[in-house]
Amino acid sequence: MNTISRRCLGVFAAAAFAVTAVTPVLAKDTVKIAFVGPLTGGTSSLGLGGRNSAELAVKLRNADGKSKYQYELVAQDDECKPNVGVQVVTKIAADRGVVGSVSHYCSAVAMGTLDIYHKFGLPMIVWGAVLPDITYSKDYPEIHRVNGTMINQNEVAAKAMTAMGYKTWAILHDTTDYGKGHNLYITKYLTENGARVLGTFGVTADQQDFTAELTKVKELNPEVVYFGGLTPIGVRIRQQMDKLGINAQYQGASGIVSEAYPNGTGALAEGTIAFLEGGPIEKLPGGQYFAAEYAKANYAQPADAYGPFAYAAAMLLIDAVEEVGPNRKKVTEYLAKIKDHDSIIGPITFDDHGQNSAPMITTYVVQDGKWTVWEDSEYASGKRHLVKK
Amino acid sequence: MDIGLLGQYLVNGIMLGTMYALVAVGFTLFFGVLDIIKFSHGDVLMLGAFIGFSAYLGLSALGVSNPWVLVVCLTVIAVAATAALGALIARTLILKLKSAPPLNTLLITLMLGIAIRESVRLFFPDGSNPKMFPPLLPSSAMEIGHFTLRADSVILVAVGLILIIGLNLVVNRTRLGLAIRAVAQDAETARLMGINYTMIVLVTFAIGSGTAAIAGIMNGLYYNEINFGMGLLLGLIGFSAAIIGGLGSLYGAILGGFLFAALQTIGAVALPFASAYKDVFAFAVVIALMAWKPTGLIAERSSDRV
Repeated sequence: MNTISRRCLGVFAAAAFAVTAVTPVLAKDTVKIAFVGPLTGGTSSLGLGGRNSAELAVKLRNADGKSKYQYELVAQDDECKPNVGVQVVTKIAADRGVVGSVSHYCSAVAMGTLDIYHKFGLPMIVWGAVLPDITYSKDYPEIHRVNGTMINQNEVAAKAMTAMGYKTWAILHDTTDYGKGHNLYITKYLTENGARVLGTFGVTADQQDFTAELTKVKELNPEVVYFGGLTPIGVRIRQQMDKLGINAQYQGASGIVSEAYPNGTGALAEGTIAFLEGGPIEKLPGGQYFAAEYAKANYAQPADAYGPFAYAAAMLLIDAVEEVGPNRKKVTEYLAKIKDHDSIIGPITFDDHGQNSAPMITTYVVQDGKWTVWEDSEYASGKRHLVKK
Repeated sequence: MDIGLLGQYLVNGIMLGTMYALVAVGFTLFFGVLDIIKFSHGDVLMLGAFIGFSAYLGLSALGVSNPWVLVVCLTVIAVAATAALGALIARTLILKLKSAPPLNTLLITLMLGIAIRESVRLFFPDGSNPKMFPPLLPSSAMEIGHFTLRADSVILVAVGLILIIGLNLVVNRTRLGLAIRAVAQDAETARLMGINYTMIVLVTFAIGSGTAAIAGIMNGLYYNEINFGMGLLLGLIGFSAAIIGGLGSLYGAILGGFLFAALQTIGAVALPFASAYKDVFAFAVVIALMAWKPTGLIAERSSDRV
């Protein structure tokens, strides 16, 4: 054996030794779980809260000595844009190391990426998007959702608002699948409850000026202005309602229940009402525990409205992997059979479309710059009043 | 339709038109003097609004609470900063690329715009969320039936119009304006006549960018909300307004701005239950107008470029 190959051998031996030295004796296999949500852009406060919550689930399970695998969260930013969503989802779906994904706050993005999950057989659980079509439009076994849909949300919203005595509405909605869906269901349930929709206006997702539409609204003089869309436009519409002197109750869809709404609107946010699937963290069955762990983890951003759902979805995926191993097909089969599965958002039961069938809807109102649960607010106790004609 | 509502639409349209005209004026100035299209204009406007907003936060932290003092100070700071930035862009990018094909300038300003936009989003604290711009102007309103006229809107329109008229006077009545027009018409000859070419270009960019900052702050004061993406559509609309008016003509820019606002308002009123299409309608009319008058409604006097 000549000197060169002997030297090579020495290097190999050293390398092999180094590798064994740093690897712990009982090495667990690493399993990757993806998170997809808007980490930048107008709805990023929700996306970041969701990502942190999913990451918290992974951290807690890794710290738990009983878990069979080491988990790693791969977070991707869909920017709330369908085209970006398609790119990042293709990326995670093509990575065979990823066994499942906690995906999407924005319904329009989810609608665009459904086919990719199906094509690659990647099981996913929606943690925030509320468009019913995501779970109901196609028979893809890979698609699941832990949060409720806008059908439940608007049904409750219409009932609650008409019960308060409101009779006439003007509806503004953005023209994405999300906004159009809200318009469809709120109109349906308002009409069923005997209220009248005086006018409906579609607005584009990057529109800045709403004075023309709102002037028309002013002419129609409704008791409630409903907006089906996300926070950035929700903020603008509220500001411009004031500019035009529109005196009506402002009602939002779940899309504006984020801390960015009162922050962006200031004093005008007071009294805005909105309905959200699920409940406030402290009222969820495992909310106390989640809030305490989240606080301990010291994240820069709050968990926000959908954080607990992202946490529950990530936990569910990890439960599946623990049970059947890191295999996409087996995880999908496992998820299809989920019934009364324990979670911090209450027991999860998927129907035959992968939709959690036991959603809870909570009413929120902005009080002193904070989204407050209706029952705990001074509006419910009669101390403050919503706008009434 | 009752007269009050008609008045309301008119006021909305005038407000929008003033803002569009201010943006369009910038495009026209840059094109008139250097034959370049500066696509980062909308983002410079957004940056102006954010600088104004930061100045407001800083001044409030220092204990300044008089709204008038605040408005004046934040406007001055924002205008000065963006004017300096405009001159810097001209110095480092535009003049350097003077002998390169015009397409390069267009591309480089387009990329600069993206860089500015993303920087604000990433580096401004919580920059990806909309920010509440403080309502500093008096909000007392006059209501007649369906018509609401707010003091702040009146002040904003007045300031905008005064600014446009002032700019017009500067360009047409002063020695500086004469020099700008000379450079615009023939840079070589202007140089021979002893005009400091570089200086004039820098000043023009400073003026254009300062105007953008004012438009940005007006936007913030009017909508009470600013966000990192606000310059994108405003820039596009301002550019279209400058084109239909006739690139290079100051009056054309003003006309174009108001025309575009009118089209949007008409679009929303005439198509009340399809108001999502108001931009489609406005841009379609712009396309038709451009096909009819390719050099704009008010063509440049020396319209020999083809």
